[in-house]
Amino acid sequence: MSDRMDAVMVAEGAHSEKAQRRQYKRTPGLMADGRRRSWTAIVTMVLLSVLWTVPTVGLLVASFRTRDDTVASGWWTAVFNPFEAGWTLDNYERVFQGSDLGEGFVNSVVVAIPATVIPILFAAFAAYAFTFMNFRGKDVLFILIVALLVVPIQVAFQPLLNLLGPRGVGISGDYLAVWLLHTGFGMPLAIYTIRNYMTTLPRTVIESAKIDGASHFQTFWRLILPMSVPVLAAFAILQFLWVWNDLLIAKLFLSKNPTVIVELQGLLGAQGQGKELLTAGAFVSMVLPMLVFFTLQRYFVRGLTAGAVKG
Amino acid sequence: MATITFEKAQRWYPGADVPAVPGIDLEIRDGEFMVLVGPSGCGKSTTLRMLAGLEEVNSGKIFIGDRDITNLPPKDRDIAMVFQNYALYPHMTVAENMGFALKMAKIPAAEREKRVQEAAEILGLVEFLDRKPKALSGGQRQRVAMGRAIVRSPQVFCMDEPLSNLDAKMRVQTRTDIAKLQADLGVTTVYVTHDQVEAMTMGDRVAVMKLGELQQVDTPLGLYDRPVNLFVAGFIGSPQMNLLEATAQEGQAKIGDYLVPVDETAAKKMKGNITVGVRPEAWRIVSENEGGLPVRVTVVEELGADAFVYGSSGVAGTPNNIIVRVTGRDKVHKGETIHVTTDPHHVHVFDTATGERLSD
Amino acid sequence: MTVGQRDSGTATPESQPLAGVPRFNPVRFGVGVVGIVAVVWLMLNIFLAFGIRPDLFLDSKLIIGVVAVVVGVGGAVVFFYFLNMIVEGLPDRLSRTVMPYAYILPGLGLVGLMLIYPTIQTIQFSFADKRSERYVGFENYRYIFSNDEFQQSLINNLLWLLIVPAVTVVVGIAVAVLADKLSTRGEKVAKSTIFLPMAISFVGASTIWGTLVYDYSVGEKQTGLLNAVWTTLGGTAQTWLQIPTGRLNSMLLMVILIWLQVGFAMILLSSAIKGVPEDTVEAARIDGASEVQIFARIVIPQIKGTIITVFITVLILVLKVFDIVYVLTNGRFETNVIANLFFNELFANGQAGRASAIVVILLLAITPVLIYQVRHFRAEEQNA
Repeated sequence: MSDRMDAVMVAEGAHSEKAQRRQYKRTPGLMADGRRRSWTAIVTMVLLSVLWTVPTVGLLVASFRTRDDTVASGWWTAVFNPFEAGWTLDNYERVFQGSDLGEGFVNSVVVAIPATVIPILFAAFAAYAFTFMNFRGKDVLFILIVALLVVPIQVAFQPLLNLLGPRGVGISGDYLAVWLLHTGFGMPLAIYTIRNYMTTLPRTVIESAKIDGASHFQTFWRLILPMSVPVLAAFAILQFLWVWNDLLIAKLFLSKNPTVIVELQGLLGAQGQGKELLTAGAFVSMVLPMLVFFTLQRYFVRGLTAGAVKG
Repeated sequence: MATITFEKAQRWYPGADVPAVPGIDLEIRDGEFMVLVGPSGCGKSTTLRMLAGLEEVNSGKIFIGDRDITNLPPKDRDIAMVFQNYALYPHMTVAENMGFALKMAKIPAAEREKRVQEAAEILGLVEFLDRKPKALSGGQRQRVAMGRAIVRSPQVFCMDEPLSNLDAKMRVQTRTDIAKLQADLGVTTVYVTHDQVEAMTMGDRVAVMKLGELQQVDTPLGLYDRPVNLFVAGFIGSPQMNLLEATAQEGQAKIGDYLVPVDETAAKKMKGNITVGVRPEAWRIVSENEGGLPVRVTVVEELGADAFVYGSSGVAGTPNNIIVRVTGRDKVHKGETIHVTTDPHHVHVFDTATGERLSD
Repeated sequence: MTVGQRDSGTATPESQPLAGVPRFNPVRFGVGVVGIVAVVWLMLNIFLAFGIRPDLFLDSKLIIGVVAVVVGVGGAVVFFYFLNMIVEGLPDRLSRTVMPYAYILPGLGLVGLMLIYPTIQTIQFSFADKRSERYVGFENYRYIFSNDEFQQSLINNLLWLLIVPAVTVVVGIAVAVLADKLSTRGEKVAKSTIFLPMAISFVGASTIWGTLVYDYSVGEKQTGLLNAVWTTLGGTAQTWLQIPTGRLNSMLLMVILIWLQVGFAMILLSSAIKGVPEDTVEAARIDGASEVQIFARIVIPQIKGTIITVFITVLILVLKVFDIVYVLTNGRFETNVIANLFFNELFANGQAGRASAIVVILLLAITPVLIYQVRHFRAEEQNA
C-alpha cells in the first residue's frame, strides 16, 4: 500500500529540516536552530545559574576541607587556591563513624522506598476507579480529595500520636507507622495527579480492552498502568523527595529509627559541631535524592507537565 | 449464521430528556456490509456501541444469529471493533496489540502467534510486527486496528468511523481495501460513518439515520434513486439534490411559471405545498421558448469531464443555488441565463409538511 | 456519537450490560477472603517482629530494611490481587457495583484515617485542656490570641505569604523566558542549575545557608559568604539571623525557600510558555506588537492558569513553613511562624489544647484557598 510513500515523506521531512538547520548555522548571530542569539538572556542566565549553584558548590567544597582550614578561612579560598588548601576525606569518615548518620541513611532508604511505592499503588487503583468507572458518590469523593490537597498535615499530629502511640496501637516509632502516614498524607495529591493524567488517556483504549475481553484488573495492570508511566514516575520522584527530605513526620513518629535528615538536624542543633562535619553530613543526606532527581529528571518534567497540572 | 437483529433496541442516557436511540428495528444479513450513516448526533454510533456492548440497552433486544446478546458483556459477543482513533495500546508492539484479545481468551502462545502471523500477511504488516504503534504511519496504524479485529475471527465486525483519521488520499485507498477484505472474509460488518460517499461506496446496504430513527435502509442505488423522504434525498448524493418548493394544482406542480413534469403516482397524490427534488445530472438545458426553469449562472465549476453550474432562478421557493451538471466543456458561462428542465421519472416529489415521498 | 453524548459521563465502560450469567463464585470469593486475611496477618506480624524480635533478622538493619521493602511493596500488590478476587467472585451485578469501591477503599480509607479523622479530633482538642481530657471552651483561643508570640507569628506568616509566592513566580517566569531564548544545550544546563535545589531538603538547605552563607565567626576572619562580602564592602560583620530590624532575618530565611522553589515554578511555567501556540505570537508580531507587548498581552494571558497553579502550590507550602525556621532560629529573634509555634506548644510545652487551637487557625487561614481550589476544579471539569 502507500507505506513506502509515507516513509519517503517522513525521510524527506527529516532531510529538509536538517538542511535548514545547516543553512542557519552559517549565519552569524544566529543559533543552530535559526533563532537570534540573545546576549541579555545569556548574561542573565549565567549570573542566575552561578548564584543558584554557589551554595551547593560551597557545600561540596567545604565538606572536603580540613578542620583547620575551615576555621581559618572561608570555603571560597579553597576554590581560588585549590593547591594551597588542605583537602581531606576525614570529615566523611567522621560522619560515618562518629555519628549515626550512616545508620540514618539506611533508615531513610527503608522508609522512602515503600513510602513511595505503596501510595502510588493505592492511588493508581483509586484513580482508575475515579477515571474509568461510574459509582455513586464519585463526584463528592473526588471533591473531598481536591479539598484535602491543601489541608496542612499538622492538623493530624496530636490525634495520630495518640492513635499510633503506646496509648493506641503502639506502632509509633516503627517503619510501619511512617509508611502509613506518608501513604495517607501523600494520597490526595497522588490520586489527584494520577487521575488527571488518566483522563487524558483515550477512552477507546479501555473500550477496546473491554471488547478484547480484559477484566478491570487486567485492564489496570496491563494497559492503564503501563500507559501512565510518565505520571507515575513523576509522582514517585516527588513523593520520594518529600519522604526522604521530611523532618517532621520522621522526628515525631520514627523515634526508634531516625532518618538521615533527623540525624542531620540533631547534628546542626548540637553545640560545637564543626562546619566541616555539618557540611559533610549535609552532603551525605543530599546525595541520593539528587541522584534520583537528576537521573529521572526527564520523567519528572514530562509527567508533571503532562497531566499533573492542567492549563 | 451471523445475522444481526435489532428489536426495538433503545438507549436512553441517564439524565437526558430524550432517548439517543428511541428504539431501532434493523435486520442485517449474514456476511452483509451494512453502513450506518447520518449527521452527527443521529444515533449511529450509539447503535453500533449497543451492538458491541459498550452501551447499555435500556429496552428491546439485540440478536447475533439466534443468540440474544442484549445483556452479554462485549467479550462474550464474538465481535471485534475498529475505533476511529484505532485505540492501539501504545506500549505494546504490533504483534502484541493484535494478540492481546487472544491472550485474554487464554489461547496458547503458539496458536496466537500463528493467527497473528496470518492476519499480518493478509494486511501486509509482517515487517512491522515488532514495532510500536508510535513508529507507524496513520495508514499502518489503521491496518493494525483492522488486524486486531481479524485475528479473532469474530462473527461480526463493528467499525466506528475507522477512516476519519486518515488523510483524503489514504482514505480512498483504505476504503477499497476494507471493502475487499470484508468481501473476502465474509464477516458480517456494521460500519458507522458520517460520510455519505463512504456509505455509498462501501455498503451492501446503507441505513440512513436521523435523530435516533432509521429513515431508510436500502442498497446505495436504491437510496439514490428512490429516497423515501426529504431528509434522505438531501443527505445522499454529492453535490446535493436540488430541492425546490412548488405548488400542486390539479395534478400539476408549478414553480413560478415553470411546470415541473411529474410521474403519474405523484400527480395523483400531491396537493398543496410540495417539494420537488431533481439531481444535478437530471437537468437538461433547453431553449428559452421550451418553457424551462430560468437559471442565472453565478458560478461554473469546470471539472474537466463535466461541469457543475450554480445559479439562481429568482423564483419564490427556489433555493439560492440551483445546481446543474452539464457535460462537455465551455457550454455555459458566468452571468448567462440558462433554461433547464427534466423528465418525469427523474423528479422526486415530496410532501413539504411531512417530508414523505409522493412519487413512485 | 455526538461529543455531548459521549462526554455525559455515562458512556463509560461501566454503563455496560451485565456479564452473562449472574452467578456467585464461592471458590473465588473464599480464596480471596482467606488470601487477604493471610496477607494482612503476615504483614503485620513481620512488621511487629522488626521491633520485638530483631534477632530473627540477625539484628541487621540492612536485612530488616530489605525485608521491609519487599514485604511492604509486595504485600500491597498481593493485597489488591486478593481484593479483586473477592469482588470478582461476587454475583455479577453486585460485583460491578462493588468493584469501584474496592478500588478506592484502600486509598481513601487511609486518607480517612490519617487526615479526616484526625482533623475532626484536632478541632475537638482545640476546645480541651493540655492533655485533651476536659473541655475548656474557647480558653485556648483566648490564650493564643492574647499571646504576643502568636501575633508575631501571624505577622511573620503573612509576610512570608506576601513575599515568597510572588517572588518565586516572578523569578520562575523570568528564568523560564530567558532560558527559552538560549540554545538548546544552554537552556538545559541553565535549567538544571536552577533545578538542583529542588532535590535538597529544608534541613539540608538550612545547613548550607546557615553554615556557609549567613554564618558569623567571632574574630576577624569571616567564613560566612555574606559577612565576607559585607566586610569587603566596608561593613562590620553581623550575626545576620539575629537581626529582626525590618524583619531582615525573616527575609533571609525566605531567600532559602525561594532558592528551593524557583526550580519547580520554572519547570511548569517553562512548559506552559512553550505550549503557547507560535502562531498567536506571530500574529501579534504582524499586528505590530512589540516583544514586551507580546509577552504581556499574548503570552501571559495564555499561561495564566499555570501561574495560578504555581502560585497556589507555593502559597500552601509557605503557610506550612516549618523546617527552615525550626532549624535555624527556632522562632527566636522575632522569626517565629505558626507551624513552628505549633510544634513548640505541642512538644516542648506539652500544650495539646493550645497547639490544636493554633493549627485550627492555620486550617481556617487555608480555607479560602481550599474553596478556590474546589471551585476551580469544578469549573475545569465542566469545561473538559
